[in-house]
Amino acid sequence: MKEKKSIFGILMDNRHRSRTISYTMVAVAYIVLEILLKTGNLSSLFTGLLVPATCYLVAAIGLNLNVGVSGELNLGQAGFMAVGAFSGVCVSGLLKASVPAIPRLILAIIVGMLLTAFVGFLIGIPVLKLQGDYLAIVTLAFGQIVMNLIMNLYVAFDSTGLKVAFVENNFELQPGGKYLINGPMGATGTERIANFTAGTILVVFALIVVYNLIYSRNGRAIMAARDNRIAAESIGINIAKTKMMAFVVSAALAGAAGALYGLNYSTMVASKFDYNTSILILVYVVLGGLGNINGTLISTVVLFLLPQLLRGLQDYRMLIYAVILIVIMLVTNNEFLRTKASAFRRKKKA
Amino acid sequence: MKKFWKTTLAVAMTACMAMSLAACGGSASSSSTSSDAPAAEAESGAAEGGAIKIGGSGPLTGPAAVYGNAVKIAAEMAVEEVNAKGGVQFSLQFEDDKHDAEEAATAYGTLKDGGMQISLGAVTSAPGAAVSPLYQEDQTFAITPSGSSPSVIYADGEGMTGAYGNVFQMCFSDPNQGSGSATYIAAHPDLGSKIAVIYKNDDPYSKGIFDTFKAQAATEGLEIVYEGTFKGEESDFNVQLGDAQAAGADLLFLPIYYTPASQILTQADKMGYKPTVFGVDGMDGILGVEGFDTALAEGVYLLTPFVANAEDELTKTFVENYKARANGEVPNQFAADAYDCIYALAQACEAAGITSDMSNADICAAMVEQFTTMTFNGLTGSDMTWNENGEVTKAPKAMIIENGEYVPAAE
Repeated sequence: MKEKKSIFGILMDNRHRSRTISYTMVAVAYIVLEILLKTGNLSSLFTGLLVPATCYLVAAIGLNLNVGVSGELNLGQAGFMAVGAFSGVCVSGLLKASVPAIPRLILAIIVGMLLTAFVGFLIGIPVLKLQGDYLAIVTLAFGQIVMNLIMNLYVAFDSTGLKVAFVENNFELQPGGKYLINGPMGATGTERIANFTAGTILVVFALIVVYNLIYSRNGRAIMAARDNRIAAESIGINIAKTKMMAFVVSAALAGAAGALYGLNYSTMVASKFDYNTSILILVYVVLGGLGNINGTLISTVVLFLLPQLLRGLQDYRMLIYAVILIVIMLVTNNEFLRTKASAFRRKKKA
Repeated sequence: MKKFWKTTLAVAMTACMAMSLAACGGSASSSSTSSDAPAAEAESGAAEGGAIKIGGSGPLTGPAAVYGNAVKIAAEMAVEEVNAKGGVQFSLQFEDDKHDAEEAATAYGTLKDGGMQISLGAVTSAPGAAVSPLYQEDQTFAITPSGSSPSVIYADGEGMTGAYGNVFQMCFSDPNQGSGSATYIAAHPDLGSKIAVIYKNDDPYSKGIFDTFKAQAATEGLEIVYEGTFKGEESDFNVQLGDAQAAGADLLFLPIYYTPASQILTQADKMGYKPTVFGVDGMDGILGVEGFDTALAEGVYLLTPFVANAEDELTKTFVENYKARANGEVPNQFAADAYDCIYALAQACEAAGITSDMSNADICAAMVEQFTTMTFNGLTGSDMTWNENGEVTKAPKAMIIENGEYVPAAE
């Protein structure tokens, strides 16, 4: 017998509960913060943290798809962010005179996303056909390579058109010309057009993409390939293709996050997107729980804000931050606490 | 249950470790007040009386921490001295930015929440360039002790156009150092005629100086026979030195920091290659490198605004007081620049009659007027003036290392 469910019942059933919670959290956070912002009650510190927080959220949601849902370790998420960031900054810089800010921001994010997706696709072709931890190795190298490439890249434009040079900038700019990427100095003089609303929309977009992928036929194939490769192959799933899907979407989201990030600061150097940033995002994902999008949302926000909230501790803040990370790791991995927590959840449900 | 106790023990041990480490750190600095909420503003304001709030950020942690800490210590020292004089009163809030643009913007938010009225900007260049537009937007006056890149004071750093107008520099800008070096070398042909340059091409500081050095060298008719680069934490320079030697270079220009410079000197000595070495202000500190044979630095030229063993009274007292505060560390030029910043601000505030109840925009306008018209004498130079773009004019001092000490070189 099939009973008819109320709307609330549908929203909270197994298939939908996780995304209902995600969207609710984002919506509530957005409304509260926006009210605080408009009434001038949000401190300058938090106002400045809003956009980078959304950037890390998008990158972390993407990475969770790759690491949690697809089960392939990716150590180069910051490298993908760098590709998106610098291409986004270039697009915005080139179109500065002709396109108003909001469409330009959207365009920059789209270009950053597509370019990064393409780069991810190229990397995925050889690597995802292999079994084992090869993606981790290759993305680790990719992150370092991208950073070093951008450090040696010179992009400028003037009245004669776009100029690109590598290692040595041997071009003479006409008066009024401007560097978009200036080698080790990175992107300077970028117009800051990113804002919190755009960031929130991007987070919602990332959630829609990831949830729709997870709860689709392809999503089940991705998880099947993660759980048992041989069994998945035996029922005709193309492993390389499904893993590629998760990887490319993850890279594309990192690219979009990067573009938004790049357009939020007037200066950005490539060394920002080094190995440490990749690991930072991975920490957000792992501590939030692999494959758990809500966990990622919460842990990203908490772990991103923590070093800033600890500023009051002065010299000890990074020390305390490290200690808190260790404590979270120990506590969340403790079997006793986990069984207690799940027992508590079962009790509540009953 | 056993597992539970194990975890509890682990957590407890982590906490203990943190506590013991924190205890080792000694007493925390006191003069900076940190706050997350605007509510704290009122409290600290009441506690400090009518003090003008100065904010600043720099790397207090991470690989560049030595610069941020030097600025912080010197600025705190200068603030205390200024306050003790009884005239204009300052209070200082200094935040960590880890030499990162994102963190610098966050630190700016924290400072703004803390009620900052005048700023020391950011200690290093890249974070400085990120926060300068924010200072312009909010019309808060800023003078950076050591953010030497032109992009700190210009919206278009490469073209040197679009000056922010309210962000000033206490240090030389990178281009000035590059062209100053080239001019000095051209004026002293006895130093050498065939020039080799080894620079760090992933560092804006090094690259910026090299670019202008090269341009100025071309106009002065200097011959650059070799350009070598390195990046990151590289420590083997045999290839670059070999190439420089093969090209017949007799003058080695090193627009880099002292750590790689010390390695270059050591390796050149091992190869039996003895060119004249010329450095810029980043070379300051080479005599303090651990394990470095300072005899190798004999005869090294460097262009620097500040030398810690100068004989004048001002420098002597500064070095003495700084050492007392910083566990015997000798102050570098970052510290000297920061010290000068506070005194220059004090001089300008006195002259303009700035009080702590004025708005940031009013203070900013008055300070810009003062700085563009006043002359300042400090540790890093005398008769310093600023133009309306915020660039400082002071004479770079060429120094030569003789018997393990800096000695002024021939003008």
